[in-house]
Amino acid sequence: MTLDDILASLFPDGHDVKNDKGVIFGSATLRSGVKALVIGVADRTAVGLDEAIKLSGYVLDSLERETGPILVLVDSDSQRMSKRDELLGLNEFLSHLAKSLIYADMHRRPTIGLLYGHSAAGALLATGLATRVLVGLPGAAPAVMDLPSMAKVTKLSMEALEEKAKSTPVFAPGLSNLAKMGAVRVTWNDAGSLADQLDTLLANMPDAHDRRDALGKERGGRLKAAEIAERVRDLALQSQ
Amino acid sequence: MTAPLKHAAQLSAERAQTTSFYEASARTRVELLLDSGSFVEFVGPEKREVSPHLKIFDLPEQFDDGIVVGRGRLDGSPVFVAAQEGRFMGGAFGEVHGAKLTGLLRAAREIESIPVLILFDTGGVRLQEANAGELAIAEIMRAVMEARTAGVKVIGLIGGRSGCYGGGGLIAGCCSALAVSEPGRIAVSGPEVIETNRGVEEFDSRDRALVWRTMGGKHRRLLGAADVFTDDTVQGFRDAALELLGLVGAFGLDKLQAEQVRLTDRLRSFGTCRDAIDIWAAEGISHAETVPDLPADQFISLANKIGRTSRDAR
Repeated sequence: MTLDDILASLFPDGHDVKNDKGVIFGSATLRSGVKALVIGVADRTAVGLDEAIKLSGYVLDSLERETGPILVLVDSDSQRMSKRDELLGLNEFLSHLAKSLIYADMHRRPTIGLLYGHSAAGALLATGLATRVLVGLPGAAPAVMDLPSMAKVTKLSMEALEEKAKSTPVFAPGLSNLAKMGAVRVTWNDAGSLADQLDTLLANMPDAHDRRDALGKERGGRLKAAEIAERVRDLALQSQ
Repeated sequence: MTAPLKHAAQLSAERAQTTSFYEASARTRVELLLDSGSFVEFVGPEKREVSPHLKIFDLPEQFDDGIVVGRGRLDGSPVFVAAQEGRFMGGAFGEVHGAKLTGLLRAAREIESIPVLILFDTGGVRLQEANAGELAIAEIMRAVMEARTAGVKVIGLIGGRSGCYGGGGLIAGCCSALAVSEPGRIAVSGPEVIETNRGVEEFDSRDRALVWRTMGGKHRRLLGAADVFTDDTVQGFRDAALELLGLVGAFGLDKLQAEQVRLTDRLRSFGTCRDAIDIWAAEGISHAETVPDLPADQFISLANKIGRTSRDAR
């Protein structure tokens, strides 16, 4: 689905969402009458300093004057890989965006990520993975790390990697693999109305407690994370 | 305190002063950073909780999965501590490695009063378990922010061999404050990654001087990305951690708003600079090109004169 298709299906009553050189910003009134902030990254744009600071600004401005959920639409490249971005501290800019989203979510502005295209690495951490619920759309193709880079680092052939990818979701690109990890909570059906599916999600919104590790265990993608975190937590609490 | 114990504490303090943080293992760093004999590890190597994924790649496992987490004392006060081992898989985040830090942060959030020290030493996500590692980093970022919101101070110490790259750089950006030494590099994309994707004209990863002045501790301190610069000794990081624990205030929306202003100002002031030396010169440093050669004490007084910190704006 294109961004325009997605926006039309999500907000049949209209919206003022614009795509400015890959940076998505606007708002839409949901069918419940609540106004949602809509931000994101489009056209497989890399998330660099300039994109991140705009997006965090939109979130922080909205916190001062609005209520309602925050939707983060994602079709990005990875973080922008350049000397300028690293020279000026891209890690702080990406963190700041993630922190703004997390803060909003913890303070009555529930955040929903909507992964509809590509995303990777630092860009995904600063956007979709910083939301409470990450939704996948069919056709979304996230790749935390791409197989060619992985082949280079692991010194395995692409064929060998592709073979291994069939038996384990833990490193292979793709929406279904991220879903098995517990990162993507639900995948929507693009044949139906996205507005209906958004309504259903908002009506059944989980609380802000991070349960992605438990979800990853349920789905068989991450068998150890939840248990290890729980054991360390218990030992730390008992150590008082 | 009995005489032999006092002796042990003294010996430990002497070792901390002469031990390079950069060269030391994660366990040695923890041992010498904290009060002598105070460290208790959670889910240590004797539990053999190894990565379930490395065997797919016929790679050796490590019984602690490259991270040490536990509790100890710093100048008598309780602290939680996590230390990454940069010599195992480049300190990269995998499923088990990341979950240990998540669990520690979740406990800190519930207790509220015990700070967390994170000794970063990481190349970022462990590629062999990339999805699990990426998600672990997202969970850690969330846990850091929930802990800080509950009043917990989370201090990052950066001076290890593997630096603090990839998602590690994003977690560092979530901390209440950072201490850094000269070899402590902080970035998202590493030099080789930029060169591979954009070409050697964009970034020559073999130009070590370029790497240090773009991503290294001195530049991060002058930029205000790190609050304290320390000499490369474990004692230096201990002193820095104590200093930061005394300075850090509560987290709230005001901090995020101040960070928005701080980062916007940085882009406005230095956004067209082509090299770190141009930034340092624009900050008013005369003979900016000599900054990489300054010894730690001279550099620290210079950095304090420039006075950029992010403490109240992160």
